[in-house]
Amino acid sequence: MAKQISVFLENKVGRLAHVTRVLGEAGINIRALSIADTSDFGILRLIVSDPTKAYRVLKDARFTVSETEVIAVQVPDSPGGLASVLEQMTEQELSIEYLYAFLGTKSDDALVIFKVEDIAKARKIFNEKGIKFLDESILYKL
Amino acid sequence: MNYWDKEKECMPREYLEKLQLRRLQETVYRVYAFVPAYREKMEQAGVKPEDIRKIEDLNILPFTTKQDLRDNYPFGLFAVPMSDVVRIHSSSGTTGKPTVVGYTSKDIDTWAELMARALYSAGASRYSVIQNSYGYGLFTGGLGAHYGAEKIGASVIPTSGGNTKRQIMLMQDFGSSILTCTPSYALFMHEVMLEMGIKPSDLKLKAGVFGAEPWSENMRREIESKLEIDAYDIYGLSEIIGPGVAIECPIKNGLHIAEDHFIPEIIDPETCEVLPDSAPGELVLTTVTKEALPIIRYRTRDLSTLNRSVCECGRTHTRMAKVLGRSDDMVIIRGVNVFPSMVESVLLNIPGVEPHYLLVVDRRGNLDELEVHVEVSESVFSDEVRKMENLGLQIGKELESALGIAVRVRLVEPKTLERSEGKAKRVIDKRKL
Repeated sequence: MAKQISVFLENKVGRLAHVTRVLGEAGINIRALSIADTSDFGILRLIVSDPTKAYRVLKDARFTVSETEVIAVQVPDSPGGLASVLEQMTEQELSIEYLYAFLGTKSDDALVIFKVEDIAKARKIFNEKGIKFLDESILYKL
Repeated sequence: MNYWDKEKECMPREYLEKLQLRRLQETVYRVYAFVPAYREKMEQAGVKPEDIRKIEDLNILPFTTKQDLRDNYPFGLFAVPMSDVVRIHSSSGTTGKPTVVGYTSKDIDTWAELMARALYSAGASRYSVIQNSYGYGLFTGGLGAHYGAEKIGASVIPTSGGNTKRQIMLMQDFGSSILTCTPSYALFMHEVMLEMGIKPSDLKLKAGVFGAEPWSENMRREIESKLEIDAYDIYGLSEIIGPGVAIECPIKNGLHIAEDHFIPEIIDPETCEVLPDSAPGELVLTTVTKEALPIIRYRTRDLSTLNRSVCECGRTHTRMAKVLGRSDDMVIIRGVNVFPSMVESVLLNIPGVEPHYLLVVDRRGNLDELEVHVEVSESVFSDEVRKMENLGLQIGKELESALGIAVRVRLVEPKTLERSEGKAKRVIDKRKL
């Protein structure tokens, strides 16, 4: 389990630069990110070194921010690694809202951030199937 | 019931109308004698002061508009010598020459009386601490409310607009019980309060007297629940006297126009015909006691209706409905009249959506397009694109069914829409007509 910081951004020049600058000045490191965009706006999703602080500094800078529960899954860093995880999730009818890759790890596995509809169910399935996911205390320090 | 001047405010209509007629006749004689611009207009219309024999004869007099004030800039419509003028106020003049208004010392006293009535109606007394966040200066709001509050004997904090964090600190430390400002500024103050970690229940605020811009019933509910106060609507315009022309009573079903000083009419803004009281149209006001700047049949551009029945509160003065918009603010899009207040009501009915919005009208090819910018607050924000898009679609659908035209909704970041600490700007018209 992990906390993702989500930020609402208008499609305007310099908004993304502003968010990252605010985080940088607060000494917060970005560990993973993705942007979902439409023609009018984007939603920036971040895994950072200190989510609580990130939430506060972004709010102080008057961004619309929210915290979202996601899961960081360890996926074998080899061909078909992600496919086998996704197949098992499909079998168990675990629906995925979105996913994105983590920027780099020290282990042999790749890390993928999943936002799922039912997080308790996901944990249960991952435990049963032996799919590893990272505890947040480890994740933020990677 | 709290009356500042019961004899005047509850005067039987029969006496009130006699008083109005006598004062109207005096005013018409005075402008005819002392203001060349009025005499000229009356001569053109073939009207003499002695033709005014009953109140209904008002409708043979020519209208006065903002343009007349500009044409006679700065002091051409004054009916007294400058030595008798003790105060001058002026509009900002963003749309042309500013309009200038003057007051004799009796006018200032009349105005203070009217503001005292207004504040009393909202529950003020000499024990109240009134925080006056209307702008002080050339704008009539600040000084108008100030003099009325002092007349009552309340303790006035003349904070004026701006420096919101300090305002809230003073509100808490001085125990302000009544707030006077624009309704949009009241909501802005609430936002800042939350940011400062101050809850309305930490304050002694009981009531607010809000005006200087149109606001809806929904916005009243929002202000009342967020700030935990009673919100009263006050109406006025500098050309007539300033704030205090009309005020709500605790019944909150229309604003009592101070009819011992002003005579209201409702006209069709297109044809200028006088309409029956209940028909919505443009409010026209005539001053009957003003000395420095008497105004005959001033076209306010504000849209309202009149209700002459005696109010449950006991006041006999005619009530005007809450102003639903200005005819200047009205935008006509594909033949449909659209008021910003209509958009506001729709937004307030969608849970979590804040009434912070901007209408942008543009013309693409030959088609007018309305785009409504709506701020995304934390309570409606989701990390999922689908949910955000659905929110935009839902707002769009509700706006379309309320306005009767297609609307494109654009979700924007909070506080990006101009949150002026005075009047909120609601419409940008980019059409080059």
